[in-house]
Amino acid sequence: MKNFALGAALASATLAAPFTAQAATEIQFWHAFTGRLGELVDQQVKDFNASQSDYEVVATHKGNYSETLNAGIAAFRAGEQPDILMVFEVGTATMMAAKGAIKPVYQVMADAGVPFNADDYIGAVKGYYTTTDGKMLSLPFNSSTPVLWVNRDMLDTAGVAKDAPLTTWEDVGKVLDQLKASGVDCPMTTAWQSWIHLENLSAYHNVPFASQENGFAGLDAQLEFNGPVQVKHIQTMGDWAKKGEFIYKGRRNEGGADFRAGTCALFTESSAGYAGIKSEAKFNFEVHPLPYWGDVAGAPQNTIIGGASLWVMSGKDDSHYKGVAEFLSYLSSPEVQAKWHQDTGYLPITKAAADLTREQGFYEANPGTDVAVKQMTANAPTANSKGIRLGNFDQIRGIIDEELEAVWSGDKTAQDALDNAVTRGNQLLRRFEQANR
Amino acid sequence: MEKRVTFKGWLLPMLLIAPQLIISAVFFFYPAGEAVWQSLFIPDPFGLSMQYVGLGNFEYLFSDPYYRASFLTTAVFSTLVTLVSMIPALFLAVLADRLVKGAGTYRTLLIWPYAVAPAVAGVLWLFMFNTRIGVVAFYLNQLGYDWNHVLNEHEAMGLVVVASAWGRISYNFLFYFAALQAVPKSVIEAAAIDGAHFWRRFFTIVLPLLSPTTFFLLVVNIVYAFFETFGVIHTITSGGPQQATTILVYKVYADGFVGQDLGSSAAQSVVLLVVVGILTVLQFKFVEKRVHY
Repeated sequence: MKNFALGAALASATLAAPFTAQAATEIQFWHAFTGRLGELVDQQVKDFNASQSDYEVVATHKGNYSETLNAGIAAFRAGEQPDILMVFEVGTATMMAAKGAIKPVYQVMADAGVPFNADDYIGAVKGYYTTTDGKMLSLPFNSSTPVLWVNRDMLDTAGVAKDAPLTTWEDVGKVLDQLKASGVDCPMTTAWQSWIHLENLSAYHNVPFASQENGFAGLDAQLEFNGPVQVKHIQTMGDWAKKGEFIYKGRRNEGGADFRAGTCALFTESSAGYAGIKSEAKFNFEVHPLPYWGDVAGAPQNTIIGGASLWVMSGKDDSHYKGVAEFLSYLSSPEVQAKWHQDTGYLPITKAAADLTREQGFYEANPGTDVAVKQMTANAPTANSKGIRLGNFDQIRGIIDEELEAVWSGDKTAQDALDNAVTRGNQLLRRFEQANR
Repeated sequence: MEKRVTFKGWLLPMLLIAPQLIISAVFFFYPAGEAVWQSLFIPDPFGLSMQYVGLGNFEYLFSDPYYRASFLTTAVFSTLVTLVSMIPALFLAVLADRLVKGAGTYRTLLIWPYAVAPAVAGVLWLFMFNTRIGVVAFYLNQLGYDWNHVLNEHEAMGLVVVASAWGRISYNFLFYFAALQAVPKSVIEAAAIDGAHFWRRFFTIVLPLLSPTTFFLLVVNIVYAFFETFGVIHTITSGGPQQATTILVYKVYADGFVGQDLGSSAAQSVVLLVVVGILTVLQFKFVEKRVHY
């Protein structure tokens, strides 16, 4: 009733003073997007604001993913938190553990009486952000999965046959030899090495990244990514690095600039690299599913997502939450999602958005754009492939990055590096467990 | 006997030193005390709860071989930054001191880099040495040298040292230049008449007379290398490869503000406080004895 009274008061205030812009409730939304993605988010917000007059969403860019999360945390400590905070998938466990700081999305929707069904979301996306009993805690926003980007012109120049397969890593190895032999300086590079070559590799081959269902089942998870599949893969990449076939460019997506400039032939990167590659690449490019090891039984399973979700912060007025619910509902509507998917290369996170995109004929017009969707939804996710939920994960990724760099530079064997990363990462998991006891 | 002025009563002297005391209390003792207190807990990032762990944070730190290695990294880094920023500064100051024409222009140009913020300086150097688009990396490549500071720890260290020291050269230049002006001309002329050539005059007369300035700059530059360089490190290497450029203060920043591990970060601040305290005492006890005022 209070909501209604307030809404009525607001509405009458709006009617009484049509020239006061302040009448609408302001909803603060902090995000991490710049460039083209930033423009697209601003457009979504603008469209929502234009569609109704009760709420005014104010979108603010707060730096990269880590910086946005940290800004949100610092703001919460100061009592100045935004209504909606964008948090990347790595921060999921941190947010889930902060029970007093967040208001679960399913609850926001229920309180506001906005219809919401977690089952509308595609499995691999939903699983990442829901509790074990299926309650969605944050709203999936931008989700992507790694794929293999190929510069077809470079492969042609190097004399690689058009139909030479790139399905398995064994196939990739042969193509790399060929590229190197024909004098290509950068046969392959990667972005987000931990996410693609360990986290997704594990899920894709249905082997655990960590115990306790990759952390979903409890805070006492232990890292387990030093198994034979991961060691073999990292060792092979290390050998390629030694031969000059895999060129390491950096921890984030530094390699993207090289691929888009046409200097690297193969590039493992998020499907969301699409927007940038499409607008910058002056060569024929292709999207292939992420390769897997042909000799591992059960591969390929399915890949997991990266990207961010929207968390609703606690400690705001009920009037705000009503507006938040309306905005989140707007964002996940099939039209908005389908447009977002087609503009960016992020996955269509709802089934309805995927269907709509298919009906609109987008995949026929842009071959390869559905590779990521297929690869992620090919099989029902297992305990090893529904995602990763570990505390202090940003730091653990930092450790993994360091250890992998030691392999690329030839300082360590894959086994040593991964063993060391597991030991060091487990210490951080124990600290997180202690902090959230 | 020394002439002493004494105040009657307490009120006036307390009032006079109060501003300094208040500033120290608010900006030093209070945060330092807070850091010591926080170092005994593992809090959650949002400040909703904290677990008392006693000295657990310190045990955790010192059992980490990377943290112990970070002391050596810090020592190497600070020494290099101090040397690389002071020696060229002195050299340039000596040259600028002898200029007759256009001294003002040279001085302005030499002081200019000091106006560049550390993080911006970091980006600048990063661009020059970027493996794909960097000019320097490009020419090194032409010479047959494959520059890759992303994987090579020595190159990474060299790059962050140069990027950190670059702006400081201007700062040090300013002090040396002023100090050189204060060296009495008569002493130098007397030595010249005695037949001492330029470098001999420099090492036996000028350098000792510059020792107070050198000592001051030594302290200031080490403090700079310890505390103010994390912007440069953050933009260029983020402490990598394999923590080869993770100095103590960068780790405080990275664990606290990126990793949200405030307990460990607080414990590291306390360790850093002790280290810098010891260093300052050592400097004043041993190095200052060799300074001629």
